Amino acid sequence: MIFITHKLGEVMEIADRITVMRRGKVVDSTTPKQSTAADLARMMVGRAVLLRVEKKPATPGAVRLQVCDLVVADDRRQVAVDGVSLEVRSGEIVGIAGVEGNGQIELVEAISGLRTAKTGRVLIEGRDVTRRSTRLRLREGLSVIPPDRHRQGVILELPIADNLVLEEYDRRPFANWIVRNLRAVSDYARRLIKEFDIRASSPSEQASSLSGGNQQKLVVARELGTEPQVLVASQPTRGIDVGSIEFIHNQIVQQRDKGLAVLLVSSELDEVLSLSDRVAVIYRGKIVALLDAKDADRERIGLLMAGGEAA
Amino acid sequence: MRRLWGLVPGWVVSVLVVPIASVVLGFGVAAIAIVATGTDPGQAYLALFQGAFTNNNAFAETLVSSVPYIFLGLGVALGFRAGLFNIGAEGQFYIGALAGVFVAYSIHGLPPVIEIGLSLLAAMVAGFVYAGIAGFLKAQTGAHEVITTIMLNYVAFLIANYLVTTPGLMKDPLSRIPRTPYIDVNATLPIILPNSRLHAGLLLALVAIPLVWFLIERTTLGFRLRAVGFNAGASRAAGISVARTTVLAMGISGALAATAGIVQMLGIQHDMTPAVASGYGFDAIAVALLARSNPWGILPAALLFGALHNGASFMQLQTQVSADLISIVQASVIVFVAAPEIIRWLLRIRGHQVVAVAITERGGAATRV
Repeated sequence: MIFITHKLGEVMEIADRITVMRRGKVVDSTTPKQSTAADLARMMVGRAVLLRVEKKPATPGAVRLQVCDLVVADDRRQVAVDGVSLEVRSGEIVGIAGVEGNGQIELVEAISGLRTAKTGRVLIEGRDVTRRSTRLRLREGLSVIPPDRHRQGVILELPIADNLVLEEYDRRPFANWIVRNLRAVSDYARRLIKEFDIRASSPSEQASSLSGGNQQKLVVARELGTEPQVLVASQPTRGIDVGSIEFIHNQIVQQRDKGLAVLLVSSELDEVLSLSDRVAVIYRGKIVALLDAKDADRERIGLLMAGGEAA
Repeated sequence: MRRLWGLVPGWVVSVLVVPIASVVLGFGVAAIAIVATGTDPGQAYLALFQGAFTNNNAFAETLVSSVPYIFLGLGVALGFRAGLFNIGAEGQFYIGALAGVFVAYSIHGLPPVIEIGLSLLAAMVAGFVYAGIAGFLKAQTGAHEVITTIMLNYVAFLIANYLVTTPGLMKDPLSRIPRTPYIDVNATLPIILPNSRLHAGLLLALVAIPLVWFLIERTTLGFRLRAVGFNAGASRAAGISVARTTVLAMGISGALAATAGIVQMLGIQHDMTPAVASGYGFDAIAVALLARSNPWGILPAALLFGALHNGASFMQLQTQVSADLISIVQASVIVFVAAPEIIRWLLRIRGHQVVAVAITERGGAATRV
């Protein structure tokens, strides 16, 4: 039998032989007797070159996003987020490291209002928005980079300009009462296309004509273009080219320096470690560790991510 | 030929070439059926053309037939743009007619503009609410609008029959046959071409086209509607209420279908008899598809369907080809519109993405222009 898992505990318990894969390649083979969970974690996480992001030390300010004892169910009504409490301050990036499927999606959706929390509270700028709509949360200064850009980020069939005002389309100057102001939309789009280096020939081009990286830059441009107070970035660079990754990382850090509170959720440990000022590790819906970035040791985090230190 | 197509912009291919080629091919397929019955398709189509355009009053009658197709086509097309497949236009047509006729025979002595306006308003509100039921069910429970609107069609027929045949409700107490009282003379739509049945409903339809275009393409509601139609998940993530948009889109679609019903009553029939399926509501789906859900495209598509509808009986009279042949033409046209790859291949069009009807993730059909 072949058993495929991210969870170290499981594999140590039931496997006779273990093969570790990373990025489509076999890294090594071993057995539970020969190796410890920590060995496996090192193999899984690897020693790939870190994507270095130039950044100054954080200067955290007031609390902008607060999550208290949040419990959220997944689509199968199982508890996916199990009592998470977090604070993100102005001017800092809090990263959430974890293997995919440990409640990150549900956590982000509960913060953005796409999913109702069973219990617990979400506060933006001190205001309780737990029972408020997504629309209202966005108006309160929340921005979200969703994990799946095709399902939640861009509308491929609409022009780039329309995608850039997807959240603001009915506000001035993009609309007067109920009539859209297409000139204002296209002027704004032209500005963001330039600022965020979206490689497009015109704002009226369909979003589907953009490359994946440029589509993602479009999402980032829309979310940062509104000058938000809080950014929740979920898998912000998944599946895109290195150039776009670097650009998006730099944007996030620049906005942090201007006082943005950032919650970064990523299953790429490199990304979390290189961007974050504080790192939280999520495992089975619980924050199992909250570390300062400078104390964050990759191997220890890798172990925590896989439930290796659940105690 | 391939190099030639390279000079043609993509939107021309999808908006003009594919629909026109579909119509031509549709007539071609139907011609095979005519040959099979032992008739000369040339003669049959000549008679069809005469019956639709050149005979005495034929063109006026074609326009008369096109009026309900325009309103219904706009309604179905608006639904498509929001990712909703409104198969209930037929039922909404009757609900609108009922509500509007009730107002139109109940009021007397007001200026025509007011009587007609009130009657139209009653029909649109009724159509909005009736179709809104299907939208609400979809938004609240996920019940697919194809199922609910089909079932609501039967409910509409039965409501209409009950009201029209029951004494003391809408049945005319002075009439021996089941029908409503005649509408007030001031509520009738005036004839705009002497010695024909062509009524002012055509003018209303011609005004409705730019209005619906404006609604879809230039208003915030239209934007919301298209966004939800293309990608409900991304719309929701952007804070758009998918549920509210679905109810509104379905309601507006129903209001347009209802307008078709009341305009037909105020312009042509002047009273309501027990509902017999007109078939207009179902043809309207074809009209919307042929128009690729573009409000401007509804005009030629509705004219074509009006002409087919109107010319069929003369063709049958002249050449013994059954008027039902029209259904073959309509059906084949829709097959070609829905499968643009066939036309791409036949005309050797390359490089252009020809997307006619995309079934969206929500199950409805949305068209990309």
